[in-house]
Amino acid sequence: MLPAHLQVLAHVPREVQLDVGAPATQRTLLDALEAAYPVLRGTIRTHDQQRRPFVRFFANEEDLSHEPPDAPLPDNVASGVEPFFVVGAMAGG
Amino acid sequence: MTGVRVLVGTRKGAFVLTSDGTRRAWDVNGPLFGGWEIYHVAGSPADPDRLYASQSTSWHGQVMQRSDDGGETWQTVGNEFRYEGVPGTHQWYDGSPHPWEFARVWHLEPSTSDPDVVYAGVEDAALFRTSDGGDTWQELPGLRESGTGPDWQPGAGGMCLHTIVVDPRDQERMFVAISAAGVFRSEDGARSWKPTNRGLHSEGIPDPDAEVGHCVHRIAMHPARPDVLFMQKHWDVMRSDDGGDSWQEISGDLPTDFGFVIDVHAHEPDTIYVVPIESDSLHYPPEGKLRVYRSRIGGNDWEPLTNGLPQANCYVNVLRDAMAVDSLDPCGLYFGTTGGQVYGSADAGDNWTSIVRDLPAVLSVEVQTLP
Repeated sequence: MLPAHLQVLAHVPREVQLDVGAPATQRTLLDALEAAYPVLRGTIRTHDQQRRPFVRFFANEEDLSHEPPDAPLPDNVASGVEPFFVVGAMAGG
Repeated sequence: MTGVRVLVGTRKGAFVLTSDGTRRAWDVNGPLFGGWEIYHVAGSPADPDRLYASQSTSWHGQVMQRSDDGGETWQTVGNEFRYEGVPGTHQWYDGSPHPWEFARVWHLEPSTSDPDVVYAGVEDAALFRTSDGGDTWQELPGLRESGTGPDWQPGAGGMCLHTIVVDPRDQERMFVAISAAGVFRSEDGARSWKPTNRGLHSEGIPDPDAEVGHCVHRIAMHPARPDVLFMQKHWDVMRSDDGGDSWQEISGDLPTDFGFVIDVHAHEPDTIYVVPIESDSLHYPPEGKLRVYRSRIGGNDWEPLTNGLPQANCYVNVLRDAMAVDSLDPCGLYFGTTGGQVYGSADAGDNWTSIVRDLPAVLSVEVQTLP
């Protein structure tokens, strides 16, 4: 699931489906996303692969933002049952 | 028939305003890149259909856009701005060392001869260049490494390189301005730089006459007279007649010499324009009257231009990149406000009309004179 600004930038709907392969981690998921939509490079994580401060990752109603990027994703996310949310943090009042 | 295309960057998208040579009726196209901050949109003098836009948000960083058809369609291009080598530190607001960090592109300066070549001024202050239409960007590190970089300190808006002026006689000779470091000049195609701030006096810094540290808001040059530069500093309107080697104050009878924009008439190198703003704490015009001031003798003697501009209850600001001139005859002027108005004059500032009134806060205004 992508936030509104990135849907517009990549010309995609809110939900995009990706074939991540194994292992399914934050890093391989985002690698697959950026390979499919190169305009998103630098917008979710920097070119040094650091998560941007105002971007969060949620799945299974949990905040996975601070999980190591090479940690396995939850099985139901890796299998495509549950979505992985890329969220623009609420900010600005 | 000739026409003009005004390129407007705002806090929430870009807008393209077009008119024929009469500049009476306008078409408004936008918002483009809605919701994103558009610090600058600039057209190539070598190919008017080639446009570049700097698009960013605090959430998703920097995106660069290019159009090859005058703004009808756009494609994203490269957005990787990597400092050369180990960039080291500049001063933070409290005087402590702070690592150089890329934040955004403030200003784009396309080459006059090659549509694929563009200079980009960025925050934290550095100069980048593309020679492949924006696909890749390389830093020209001579500026940042010119010796005074560790002493540079951000202004309230960030430590931004916001102005790039290239000498039309000699593309190797160029000027940049940085807030809050000052003006720098290169004579060798941006390989080496020297500060050119002698004559600037700023009460807000420890040494008011320091070599660097001045909060220069904007500089402007007339292409027919590239040794003459005009400057709107944080306070003071300044002029140099020797390519920046020395500066003299020309604020003269302005109601206040604080402001952001300064520009030069397209056909009269001694006719210059500023928009006085009350003060650095009150970022709005004196007396609630939005007035452009024009000097026809290169400074000191100024006349207010008010016809068509609000003369009561106006408390907007005009930011540093938000004024431009076209090259038609009579010369056209355009400026945008933080209240979302874009004003235009088709007679060198004597009379003004609002082209649009309710855009998001305007960050930048450029104009292309079309064949």
